[in-house]
Amino acid sequence: MPKRTDIQSVLVIGSGPIVIGQAAEFDYSGTQACRVLKTEGLRVILVNSNPATIMTDPEIADATYVEPITPEFVEKIIAKERPDALLPTLGGQTALNTAISLHENGVLEKYGVELIGANVEAINKGEDRELFKDVVEEVRRKTGHGESARSVICHTMDEVVAGVDELGGYPVVVRPSFTMGGAGSGFAHDEDELRRIAGQGLTLSPTTEVLLEESILGWKEYELELMRDKHDNVVVVCSIENFDPMGVHTGDSITVAPAMTLTDREYQTLRDIGIAVIREVGVDTGGCNIQFAVNPEDGRVIVIEMNPRVSRSSALASKATGFPIAKIAAKLAIGYTLDEIPNDITRVTPASFEPTLDYVVVKAPRFAFEKFPSADSTLTTTMKSVGEAMAIGRNFTEALQKALRSLEKKGSHFTFVGEPGDKAELLREAVRPTDGRINAVMQAIRAGATPQEVFDATKIDPWFVDQLFLIKEIADDLAAAPELTADLLAEAKRHGFSDQQVAEIRGLREDVVREVRHALGIRPVYKTVDTCAAEFAANTPYFYSSYDEETEVAPREKPAVIILGSGPNRIGQGIEFDYSCVHASFALSTAPTPPGGYETVMVNCNPETVSTDYDTSDRLYFEPLTLEDVLEIVHAEQQAGPVAGVIVQLGGQTPLGLAQALKDNGVPIVGTPPEAIHAAEDRGAFGQVLQEAGLPAPKHGTATTFTEARAIADEIGYPVLVRPSYVLGGRGMEIVYDETRLESYIAESTEISPSRPVLVDRFLDDALEIDVDALYDGEELYLGGVMEHIEEAGIHSGDSACALPPITLGGYDIKRLRASTEAIARGVGVRGLINIQFALSGDILYVLEANPRASRTVPFTSKATAVPLAKAAARISLGATVAGLREEGLLPARGDGGDLPLDAPISVKEAVLPWSRFRDIHGRGVDTVLGPEMRSTGEVMGIDSAFGTAYAKSQAGAYGPLPTKGRAFISVANRDKRSMIFPARELVAHGFDLLATSGTAEVLKRNGINATVVRKQSEGTGPNGEKTIVQLIHDGEVDLIVNTPYGTGGRLDGYDIRTAAVARSVPCLTTVQALAAAVQGIDALNRGEVGVRSLQEHAQHLTAARD
Amino acid sequence: MTTSTRGAARTPAVLVLEDGRIFRGRAYGAVGETFGEAVFSTGMTGYQETLTDPSYHRQVVVMTAPHVGNTGVNDDDPESQRIWVAGYVVRDPARVPSNWRSRRPLDEELAAQGVVGISGIDTRALTRHLRERGAMRVGIFSGATVPDDATLLARVQEVPPMKGADLAAEVATSEPYVVPAVGEKKFTVAAVDLGIKGMTAQRMAQRGIEVHVLPANATVDDVYAVEPDGVFFSNGPGDPATADHPVSVMRAVLERGTPLFGICFGNQILGRALGFGTYKLKYGHRGINQPVQDRTTGKVEITSHNHGFAVDAPLDQVSDTPFGRAEVSHVCLNDNVVEGLRLLDRPAFSVQYHPEAAAGPHDAAYLFDRFVSLMEGQRA
Repeated sequence: MPKRTDIQSVLVIGSGPIVIGQAAEFDYSGTQACRVLKTEGLRVILVNSNPATIMTDPEIADATYVEPITPEFVEKIIAKERPDALLPTLGGQTALNTAISLHENGVLEKYGVELIGANVEAINKGEDRELFKDVVEEVRRKTGHGESARSVICHTMDEVVAGVDELGGYPVVVRPSFTMGGAGSGFAHDEDELRRIAGQGLTLSPTTEVLLEESILGWKEYELELMRDKHDNVVVVCSIENFDPMGVHTGDSITVAPAMTLTDREYQTLRDIGIAVIREVGVDTGGCNIQFAVNPEDGRVIVIEMNPRVSRSSALASKATGFPIAKIAAKLAIGYTLDEIPNDITRVTPASFEPTLDYVVVKAPRFAFEKFPSADSTLTTTMKSVGEAMAIGRNFTEALQKALRSLEKKGSHFTFVGEPGDKAELLREAVRPTDGRINAVMQAIRAGATPQEVFDATKIDPWFVDQLFLIKEIADDLAAAPELTADLLAEAKRHGFSDQQVAEIRGLREDVVREVRHALGIRPVYKTVDTCAAEFAANTPYFYSSYDEETEVAPREKPAVIILGSGPNRIGQGIEFDYSCVHASFALSTAPTPPGGYETVMVNCNPETVSTDYDTSDRLYFEPLTLEDVLEIVHAEQQAGPVAGVIVQLGGQTPLGLAQALKDNGVPIVGTPPEAIHAAEDRGAFGQVLQEAGLPAPKHGTATTFTEARAIADEIGYPVLVRPSYVLGGRGMEIVYDETRLESYIAESTEISPSRPVLVDRFLDDALEIDVDALYDGEELYLGGVMEHIEEAGIHSGDSACALPPITLGGYDIKRLRASTEAIARGVGVRGLINIQFALSGDILYVLEANPRASRTVPFTSKATAVPLAKAAARISLGATVAGLREEGLLPARGDGGDLPLDAPISVKEAVLPWSRFRDIHGRGVDTVLGPEMRSTGEVMGIDSAFGTAYAKSQAGAYGPLPTKGRAFISVANRDKRSMIFPARELVAHGFDLLATSGTAEVLKRNGINATVVRKQSEGTGPNGEKTIVQLIHDGEVDLIVNTPYGTGGRLDGYDIRTAAVARSVPCLTTVQALAAAVQGIDALNRGEVGVRSLQEHAQHLTAARD
Repeated sequence: MTTSTRGAARTPAVLVLEDGRIFRGRAYGAVGETFGEAVFSTGMTGYQETLTDPSYHRQVVVMTAPHVGNTGVNDDDPESQRIWVAGYVVRDPARVPSNWRSRRPLDEELAAQGVVGISGIDTRALTRHLRERGAMRVGIFSGATVPDDATLLARVQEVPPMKGADLAAEVATSEPYVVPAVGEKKFTVAAVDLGIKGMTAQRMAQRGIEVHVLPANATVDDVYAVEPDGVFFSNGPGDPATADHPVSVMRAVLERGTPLFGICFGNQILGRALGFGTYKLKYGHRGINQPVQDRTTGKVEITSHNHGFAVDAPLDQVSDTPFGRAEVSHVCLNDNVVEGLRLLDRPAFSVQYHPEAAAGPHDAAYLFDRFVSLMEGQRA
């Protein structure tokens, strides 16, 4: 039966900012869905607050609302757009929860909007643990298989404590209901842990509900991805097996597809259960994901949970199999059946089949514990990873080693040199799951552990354990051989060893190993991901490398441009860079010259992204972004046809770091040359550029020892900003106030060397920080946008909120910024994008740093100004000019982002931080104070005609709406007391009751503002039971918190306040600048002037104003 | 056919196709030489069932799944008493098995049963070759002293091709035996064994059927001697064009109007009994992910396949046959190959694929219920 004719318009809800547990995969699935729906002739209305997504590009939907994903805002959009249907299954838990709210509060019924792709009953059955237990019971009745872990549902702490006895004692698993990424769940081994985890869980759960469960730690864990159409046809798209047994969240596990250690009978049992579950839950159209635990002793199967929607795993399954789950889900939602949808890859066979793989896929998580040193790095059922890499190989060892090197993290790949350490100690270490466990296991094997000992310590399946032994044995062969023979090298490559690993083992240089390898004729071939194990011819060039015999890369005529992506998401390098890469691909495949455009070739290893959708580029190489892997791809493509060059400036620091080495190996780099990258990154060279342009930078120096650093700091005066060179996201950056800390900082920095010195800069206190994104073609500058930070300099730009156009800068400032940007772009030698950070202090415009590449803010700037900067940058890289692009219409005919009309909309970007995800080993939250090291995982954008409204929207999108009345608590550092007075007065004017600590209250009182004094945490509960501020926050009696850190003293009080705020989700402002902005936002909200407007409408307005 | 068993891991082996393409790898299973028809199977699970499926007799099976042997060998999953494949081609054999039901490693089992295999070759390249050029004859040679390639090729080319091969008698039971009904006995079925799989009889037994498995050369009298409520024709190896004897037995069964069910080879025999032709597919259907549509309900089932031949019947019309009207009941959505036949005027139907599903998904298990309904209908 073809598509429904009664639906003409669909509202799609995105997933909002990137947070742990809900990342770029929903941009991938949402983008696919929007494109499909649009192709089907439907009017697509989209809401997503995340500007760094492809799905919010104006051409993807018909009406794109970059507005907060809250029931209130979505209702406004529904009222305005009157869609026929709402598709809520592609935007993660955020979209699903919002849709349920809109159903429950009657909005959907009021406006006659039909929920498609899922029904409320199915969502509840899938998500509500008690209902799901009934589902599993029914499934057992029907199939004879599957059961739930024994469990009890609790709504109060008393029920929780009683529940443990019911289950037969500790340990127990605690799972809060309706939270995403398993937030708030964990193992409790005793009552203390139970009270802590369950207490938190009850708070986090929107229904104040937690589930206690028998422990199935150490069981084998599997997932199935299923799809069902309205005719009840069901297919299992993919099976996934977790390398890490039960106990580690699947998002934090190394996972493998297809399942490796199931017989057909056991697999078919899981399949039967899965199909029975999807039917019983009643997901009529679309996808779902079901997790299983299997007892390795006897095969007992427990159905853990199901997600009645597209999930992180379905994105992984789509990339792993070539079966585009989200795309198909969207088609099923509008009435198609599986057999009516063609398989994109074969084109001749239908989507109603189950992909079969002739390769192995390994996904490895990327963690960011280095950003949260106090956080407990034990992996539990709460997801903690910030990204992931996927690799494909013709066997497990190849895929695993490729995945580990794709993580691009020091020490992530196996090392076989040096002493492994003490076996017993290493095995003890391996008992606790952490991000480094697989390496601990490998070292234990090197230290002589037996397979049984490894299994006993980790419960990792013996087949996987043997594969690790296989890798280790090959390393031994490599080390022991008198010479590196062709057979030996071929065997090592076949099991995924990199040239670098071979070099380490043999004591050679990596490039020497490569030369030897090439001389021996050992090169990878490229195989196709084709959904069918070669049974049918594939039409989609989706490749992975393998050391096998036959390559499948076809010759081509058009010149190719190879775009290097950004690898796994991590803090500091996220979806924003993927956005730029995807845009480059789009722009170059449709470029007017050469005729017919370029053949675009994408290289990336991040399964969450749009760039690794086989639809995005002409060719996709799902490969690690290391020098070796990229050189081999360049070679393969050069064999296939002409290669115009490689683009390194769009994927962030990962490809940028490869630029010079690629060039040294004779690879043509297009756009900004490696020498220019060096000129911007190297302090000396960059200093030269600034000097020649007559631009001031804060006083600075470079040091490789404490003595050198102290001399510099003494000269320029404390506080100083110290950081390692060549890093992204402010890794290791710190504001140092005294010599003692400087000494310890240098002592703690392990990566300092003469080629990688520490940079010591004067820290500009109280400066206004400005970010500029610009295009330069060698002749002309196009100022993309000027962003004024809300927080002062010293807070990492990635964590700072900012406004575009700048809200307090005048024409004179812009003129200076423009001139400085142009001088730097010219001096460095940029051909494409450049991002520069300035600080305005005492009317002097300092240059903080310049990055000759696409920045994190490119998507934000592009959306705020309605100009596709990344597309333009890609074209400039290949020789187009700003003038030419203006003529073509890719850039505005006149003007740029520096001279936006006065009535242009104001866009505010706000960072989203993962505080609530992390706990220290005592279970306490981690501090939420912002600093020079970036820690945010994502961002939102608020756009409106005035700053206050835009800021209010950005807060609503990031953390939930600003309060418009209630009690505000204020406690600020001395230096902030003056700037606090006017905003505080405003709060009172808006009807807030103020609470303050004694010092702050005194200042307020002297300025005629009444505030109730509350007790500090350190003062404890008062004689008459007066609560401390922390208790008040926990009890939900505070609606807004303003707390700026006191430098080094009195930190602990602030820490408790801020962590309490995170726990209770109370808005917490940690700078006075943010307070001032929030007051404007509250003002706007109270005047009731917050509406919604699509990006297309904003753009139309802007274009009209420009003309 | 075999010479030695252990220590095969580093022993060289070579696979030679009749068109001269050669792959070099390492010995797997038994060391020695073997010949057969090269076919590929795309199932990711169920190697034990595949190896013991009699339909693979005289065939060298190439596994597209790279890792084989991970769950070892158990005593529950074989589909017959022995391994039938003529040779086995895998990329990455397991070094240790891991499964609570595993009794021994797969390579040991292959060696013990004298099955010559090869590992470590580019199985995808080989599969693509077979896809493009069709199933063809192949030889695997392993051991310290293997003759030169030209000699090997000549030997491969001497092997008789699968087309025209009558193999059912070679794999079928020589003596009749009975698989008792599970629980209360409701029906008796005479099952003509042309290479029957253990699970097929099992699926019937689970439905209260007492299954009398008869040798391939069973006569009409033999069939009716068990007083059957229904007659079943099993799967099996070889070219259906040679199966004149079972075709004549089936015609007699159709004549008497006894409920009839056929699987795989049994489907091809029904096709021939009705007067349709059969033909050899370029490279066959071998896997457990094939989408088949039931044309009466429109529903799609994911099914297990193992067939190199197919029935040539018109898809979109009802045909007149000596036994009344017949139609194509099931079709493979990948390539529109006939996957099932049904008589409209007599109680007989068959499918080309494997509803017993070992290995494979259980989507088509309802066909056994359909057989039961036919027998119930006949009784009523």
